[in-house]
Amino acid sequence: MADESTNQGIPEPEGHADIIQTDYEIGQDNIETKIGPFGLDIHNPVFAIAGLSVIAFVAYALIAPGHANGLFNGLDPSDTCEAGAFCDLGLRSYLTSTYDWFFLLAANLFVIFCLFLIVSPWGSVRLGGSEATPDYGYPGWFAMLFAAGMGIGLMFFGVLEPTYYFGTPWGDAPLGTVRPFDENGALIPGNVDEARRMALAATSYHWALHPWAIYAVVALALALFSYNKGLPLSIRSAFYPILGDRVWGWWGHIIDTLAVFATLFGLATSLGIGAQQANAGLEYVYGVPNNVTVQVILICAITAVALVSVVRGLDGGVKVLSEINMVIALLLLLFVLFAAGAVTILSEFVTGVGAYFQELIPLSNPFGREDTGYMQGWTAFYWAWWISWSPFVGMFIARVSRGRTVREFITCVLIIPSVVCIFWMAVFGGAAITDVINNPDASAVKANVIDSYSPELSLFAMLESLPLAAITSTIGIVLVIVFFVTSSDSGSLVIDTITAGGKVDAPVPQRIFWCTFEGLVAIALLIGGGLGALQAMVISTGLPFTLILLLICYAILRGLMAEKRG
Amino acid sequence: MFKHIMMPVDLGHADKLDRAMTVAADLAKHYGADITFVGVTSNAPGSVARTPEEYREKLAKLAAAQAELNGIETKSHAVFSHDPAVDLDDKLIEARKELGADLVVMATHLPNMGDMFLPSHGGELARHSDVSVFLVRHA
Repeated sequence: MADESTNQGIPEPEGHADIIQTDYEIGQDNIETKIGPFGLDIHNPVFAIAGLSVIAFVAYALIAPGHANGLFNGLDPSDTCEAGAFCDLGLRSYLTSTYDWFFLLAANLFVIFCLFLIVSPWGSVRLGGSEATPDYGYPGWFAMLFAAGMGIGLMFFGVLEPTYYFGTPWGDAPLGTVRPFDENGALIPGNVDEARRMALAATSYHWALHPWAIYAVVALALALFSYNKGLPLSIRSAFYPILGDRVWGWWGHIIDTLAVFATLFGLATSLGIGAQQANAGLEYVYGVPNNVTVQVILICAITAVALVSVVRGLDGGVKVLSEINMVIALLLLLFVLFAAGAVTILSEFVTGVGAYFQELIPLSNPFGREDTGYMQGWTAFYWAWWISWSPFVGMFIARVSRGRTVREFITCVLIIPSVVCIFWMAVFGGAAITDVINNPDASAVKANVIDSYSPELSLFAMLESLPLAAITSTIGIVLVIVFFVTSSDSGSLVIDTITAGGKVDAPVPQRIFWCTFEGLVAIALLIGGGLGALQAMVISTGLPFTLILLLICYAILRGLMAEKRG
Repeated sequence: MFKHIMMPVDLGHADKLDRAMTVAADLAKHYGADITFVGVTSNAPGSVARTPEEYREKLAKLAAAQAELNGIETKSHAVFSHDPAVDLDDKLIEARKELGADLVVMATHLPNMGDMFLPSHGGELARHSDVSVFLVRHA
């Protein structure tokens, strides 16, 4: 008496989305099995290859830490390398310095592509078919956009980056701008305004249109090919216009495995490094001992909260946590804004926006630059980093963006987050630079960013210059930790979906597995060494993914052409 | 005694529904009750259907086939969830209230150790409903 209708062919939808005709059935390559009492539903072979290759790389980093570090980070102990050669630089710096032009050019293209889609007639195509309604309201949606992929960076770089560009003594000032300090460390008042302006423009450049365009491209492709074309919610689906039914075979396995690999290592290494930074912050603020035990406890705590969050699900866990985080971040932002002087900071923001648009073209020009320290060491590094995170963040954004039109989607994923990021940088960077200018001798920010380089302390040093430092530093540490949780839980959902062949309803024990696995990888690398090396490796995956993203742009155009415009 | 039976179905495992389906149909005939088949799925393409419309259609077909086979009144009710692996229990409890069903018949697995950590959907529904719930074990 089992119902036979489930075995019949796929009926047409109601004519408002262009379903791709393929014989592939979602889950057809999956293995459904049981381990003990727990059911599993995993893609064969992506789950196994992704899991085993992660274990292999962890083993490599633990067994041969020197070799791994040399390969990816380029610390050549024998001193036989010429400066600038591969063995001197390591894979990551080699790629970001050799292919700097490629990263810059590609990122510019993604921005132009997204802006073009907003004004193009395809902007009215609705993700999910013309009758679809948005899955999430604006507050929850924005909260999840930030919490997944950028929140932690805003905490870490908000003070660090503007201050660094403002006063860097290491010669990597953006566009070779003037230094506001003389050789003895005394302020040169005539240079302050220009240095300050450029610091904001150069920081905003890394956090506004370009990174969000990278995320938007991946997210739009996945949402389009899943919700409008009926393909599984997995990276490979975006390649259907290019590879056709081959995406269900090894081409697709490789793309998906690479995405899982980059996501898992990206999350695990930043979790490990983040635990070290949070520990440094705890030591600075409270005198908590700075050692591996404390860091392992931090990773366990973050993973435990993330586990609760993934088990409670997208609405009951991930969204709620993201919203809580957003409220705390907003409170901290408002506090810094008013404590550091709202009028000064708001004018800083206006200057920042103006400077951003003025310097956008020189900063994003890939050719004939003389400020290679900035362009390769910062910009190309950032672009590779954002791009290596894009499968994770893009897929998560796609998961929560059903029901928006393309125009609305890009406006909300590109324009609004860009404004928020520039504002954030103006507030945190503005407050920090104000402190550096006003108290060049006593400023803790100057001591930790310009005089010596302790990036993990920069945020707390800035908060110290404002009232109620004890309270705000605590909030800062909580925010850092919770942002790690919100990256970890959304990342586990993404990895689970990809390794389940695009099924979003795979059994819950699988997401528990990935979330725990990520914590274990972080702990193993923290204790055994290798966090830095493997993070450099992950960022190196930015190069192949840049190519992948360029192809995705083409696939999006092909996909949109077949859709009905709203 | 019963007027409206709700039967949650997992279209992805339609082969495991036979016994529960028979029980529901027999009860419906005996009490002259209607059956509403409820399916919970996500908006993203899945193994059963690639669009929400297709899912609705398949569920409706299953309901129609049962009506014809047993000479009873049936309806279908598709529920879309952001995260069905986790939200299923809550969605079923909500659907039960919304439909006003006075009896739930559903297939469930044999109890096992795993239920201590992740309870079975049938068990959760029974715990949180104020109507009778008939859990039909797999043979």
